[in-house]
Amino acid sequence: MRAETVLIRTPEGIEFALPLAGPFSRMLAFAVDFAAIAAAGMLLARLLAPLQLFSADAAQSAITVLYFAISLLYGILTEWFWRGQTVGKRLLGLRVVEASGLRLRPSQIIVRNLLRFVDLLPGLYLIGGVCCVVSNRRQRLGDIAAGTIVVRTPQLKEPDVDQVLGRKFNSLAEHRHLAARLRQKVPAKVAHLALEAILRRDEIQPSARLVLFREFGEYLKHVVSYPAEMVEQLTDEQYVRNTVDVLFQHSSLASPETMKRKLSVTTDR
Amino acid sequence: MILDLPRFVEAERPHWTALEKTLAWLETNPGGKLTIEEAARFHELYERAGDDLTRVASFAAEGELQRYLAWLVSRAYAEIHEVRHHTPFRPWRWFTVEFPNTFRRHVRAFQLAALLTLLGAVFGGGAIHYDPDAKAVLMPFDNLRITPAQRVAIERAQEGKQLSGRKGSFSAQLMTHNTQVALTALALGMSFGFGTVILLFYNGLLLGAVALDYIAGGQTTFLLGWLLPHGVIEIPAILIGGQAGLVIAHALIGWGDRSSRAERLRHISRDVVTLAGGVAILLVWAGLVEAFVSQYHEPVVPYGLKIAFGLIEALLLTTFLARSGLSREARDAR
Repeated sequence: MRAETVLIRTPEGIEFALPLAGPFSRMLAFAVDFAAIAAAGMLLARLLAPLQLFSADAAQSAITVLYFAISLLYGILTEWFWRGQTVGKRLLGLRVVEASGLRLRPSQIIVRNLLRFVDLLPGLYLIGGVCCVVSNRRQRLGDIAAGTIVVRTPQLKEPDVDQVLGRKFNSLAEHRHLAARLRQKVPAKVAHLALEAILRRDEIQPSARLVLFREFGEYLKHVVSYPAEMVEQLTDEQYVRNTVDVLFQHSSLASPETMKRKLSVTTDR
Repeated sequence: MILDLPRFVEAERPHWTALEKTLAWLETNPGGKLTIEEAARFHELYERAGDDLTRVASFAAEGELQRYLAWLVSRAYAEIHEVRHHTPFRPWRWFTVEFPNTFRRHVRAFQLAALLTLLGAVFGGGAIHYDPDAKAVLMPFDNLRITPAQRVAIERAQEGKQLSGRKGSFSAQLMTHNTQVALTALALGMSFGFGTVILLFYNGLLLGAVALDYIAGGQTTFLLGWLLPHGVIEIPAILIGGQAGLVIAHALIGWGDRSSRAERLRHISRDVVTLAGGVAILLVWAGLVEAFVSQYHEPVVPYGLKIAFGLIEALLLTTFLARSGLSREARDAR
């Protein structure tokens, strides 16, 4: 069965999961890279155009050789200098890593890029695409030979939770032990779904909205029970808003850049 | 269990930020080294982030935080546990020592590639000999459909001017095309060698058919003069591409090797890269010779001179592949 993540256990006993990139995102990244190589080829032709004044043959041979070199070396050099990323992979948030989680070695990068010749056969990346779909770790043949995998790099964005409550008072946050339990017991998917429902409430029809927030409310009350006098005055939607505020507002993780701005760094290298 | 998550996050954030800064520095400076104190601090931050990840794992709603910490820990893990020795790349040493040594280490694969090409050549030659009508199928090139004598007459009449003004671009096309063929032979090793075997056999078949066509037409000297200067480099280069493909196939199949397939492939990856690099260099030389030497025939360049040039190249290549990079110990051991 195909895995969604690759689980790695370090000698220190730390366990972490790397989310595998799917064939579709990889295909899009390849399309971007293909366009980048084509653009580089066109730029090259323009740059070498003046050479034709002296020798058309020399200009043509330089274009042929350099274009071939660019198409062959583009993936190798970008993945080496950008630690497993090409332009397309950067845009799509993907990265090549060693299957065991260690750093990529030059020979691995070269092998996975050289074997693209066979992954591209018989055309339109068919062999590579089929291998990527059926293999356990979503590897194309080049990845299997080089012992590499392509993972998704997390896009860390702080959810816009200020919209959830505005500046209103949240009675649920008063009971810190219940708030802590809520954060512990509500699954991540449900928390994000509830946040999404609040942020997109105006796009939902009123009748459907009532049903949706009633179901969310019932579920959340089932997970953690607040004292009846606290919740009886709240509508289902308000209850969900308060809960989402508890879940995200005080614990959400800022992006690394935001963190750097906000916090003074205690340790510097 | 963390009861006060906001306080926990606020307390730990500076350490995560510090770890991230060190990682960013290491990732943008591949050759950079940390001092002992910095390395100790880096390891401490890594362990701390790992510990935080374990603690946060109990908070299901903190998926974003978990993903962030897992990504941080995975990057630090890659830096800390990567202990494999990295030798700096020295081009001259690589070409004169590593490439021929790698070639010799896998010489059986080269011999097999040569044998497959030879079988293809015998088949192609035999097909032309016993069934001359098969020529149109075996040699689907317009200029090979006329008789060898006609071809030689045309080539000699042109006195090497057929490529006038486009020798450079012709040479470039040959280099890129032949490199693609050799790298395809290499990459097809991932088909458990089937693709490589077919490609080598087909190349041999074409070669055998063309060669026999010229020999049967009484144009052996012309053939040698035309083919040897570039062929003695180009054909072995494509065979080395096939050799690399067969090395990959052997690692995939794993006859007589009890290690895992991933380990076997990891073991040969550097050799495959070395062979591929050597092939590319040989094909650049072959492309230049084919465009600037092979296309000149008598009376411009005597056939004897071209054949001698080809034989000298063959001798040098053989000596290079057989002897270059042999250490004194290895020589004594023989």
